[in-house]
Amino acid sequence: MFQSLGKYIILLGLSFKKPEKFKVYWAEVMREMVSVGVGSLGIISIISVFIGAATTIQVAFQLSSPLVPRSIAGSISRDSNILEFSPTISSLVLAGRVGSNFASNIGTMRVTEQIDALEIMGVNAPGYLIAPKILASITMVPLLVVISIALGITGGYIACLVTGSITPADYLMGVHDGFDGLTIRVALVKAFVFGFLIASICSYQGFYTTGGALEVGQSATRGVVFSCVWILFADLMITSLML
Amino acid sequence: MIEIKDIYKTFGDNEVLKGISATFQTGKNNLIIGGSGSGKTTLLKCIVGLHEPTKGQVFFEDENFTEMDFTDRVPIRTQIGMLFQNSALFDSMTVEENIMFPLNLFTQQSKAEKQDRANFCLERVNLKDKNKLYPAELSGGMKKRVGIARAISMQPKFLFVDEPNSGLDPKTSILIDDLINDLTAEYNMTTVIVTHDMNSVMGIGDHIIFLHQGQKWWEGSNKDIAHTDNQELNDFVFASKFMQAAKEKL
Repeated sequence: MFQSLGKYIILLGLSFKKPEKFKVYWAEVMREMVSVGVGSLGIISIISVFIGAATTIQVAFQLSSPLVPRSIAGSISRDSNILEFSPTISSLVLAGRVGSNFASNIGTMRVTEQIDALEIMGVNAPGYLIAPKILASITMVPLLVVISIALGITGGYIACLVTGSITPADYLMGVHDGFDGLTIRVALVKAFVFGFLIASICSYQGFYTTGGALEVGQSATRGVVFSCVWILFADLMITSLML
Repeated sequence: MIEIKDIYKTFGDNEVLKGISATFQTGKNNLIIGGSGSGKTTLLKCIVGLHEPTKGQVFFEDENFTEMDFTDRVPIRTQIGMLFQNSALFDSMTVEENIMFPLNLFTQQSKAEKQDRANFCLERVNLKDKNKLYPAELSGGMKKRVGIARAISMQPKFLFVDEPNSGLDPKTSILIDDLINDLTAEYNMTTVIVTHDMNSVMGIGDHIIFLHQGQKWWEGSNKDIAHTDNQELNDFVFASKFMQAAKEKL
């Protein structure tokens, strides 16, 4: 385990060495940003709307006491979305979509000697392949989480309109009441850390792939599993430190 | 010129290379031949720095490559072209982008100049008008030729080729061999080829080293090979009935 941690840290160090030509690396960062950001927008939108809607219905169902104001369902739904569902569930989904893509992409390049070709040319392969993925993830995952929060709250509103579990007016009142900006900061810190974990862990797994197609698949699976575990661990740590 | 001195390479308990020394001359096709598992590809990877030798040194024109760190090696690496066994073209790039990749990173040329160079290299390997295709759209022989075009894009001094004929039909194999031979003369490169293809050995083997069990077993040229009394080399080169018949005619 300590050997793997050492290799991971060394690989990260190599990834952020001075690039041979900034322009070429910047183009790669842009390409990865489009892939991570635009490419994941569809799935993030769908899960955010549905989770937001389901959360609102469930909270409204549980708060059936006449002593509790109905608008409280909006507040709970909002904070659940901001603090947990949008950053954590979105990142777990992104670990599957983006992380597996990173690991299999780099792993395939390893087993087909494309990484050797880069090194022969004198290119710092970790810098060219991994740094753009990490930069793209730590910028795009927070952006996706912000979009996810907005869509989650919208999903809750749609659920109110469609099911009538609480009135849309009560829901909106709850969403506005007692809003604390700290929750957004916590969500963004989580998204930044999760983005880093997804990109770095999956790239590490891909970079040290040996063998053939079977091992590329195994690397992708390991990358997703390890990133999910580390996301959940980091979630707990950030939540306990910041709240 | 490339000189290797007393190269050893061990993986765990497995000693793959056992003290190999050789000199690869400029302007010649230097072939490393041997059976499967004899250490040919490991030796090639030790020479280009993809593997670090356990012991021994590699000199590129008197510069000790083995002693250098990654950054110091970059100026030498920019003078190296390499064709990999499976071509190792970048899947996400077009043919033209593959060839322009090293130019983008290591030259200050304008886009037009780089495109001109890419077109020239593609014409040189008879693949004009294939610029916009992706590697997945090319045949095995075409991939090899694009690999060669990428390898020569920086006008290298040293060309390394790993199994250039693997997976190719005999006609395409000869075409690739001829191309490597012509380019070696044209650019006056030091070319090192790992192969077990006997047509290549007999056709373009200016200088041949034969590896057996991780050791240099024999050294000579394709003219010497038919007259050697080295038993292991004879067993390897003249294993097929066709080669045996050819030897009898020599």
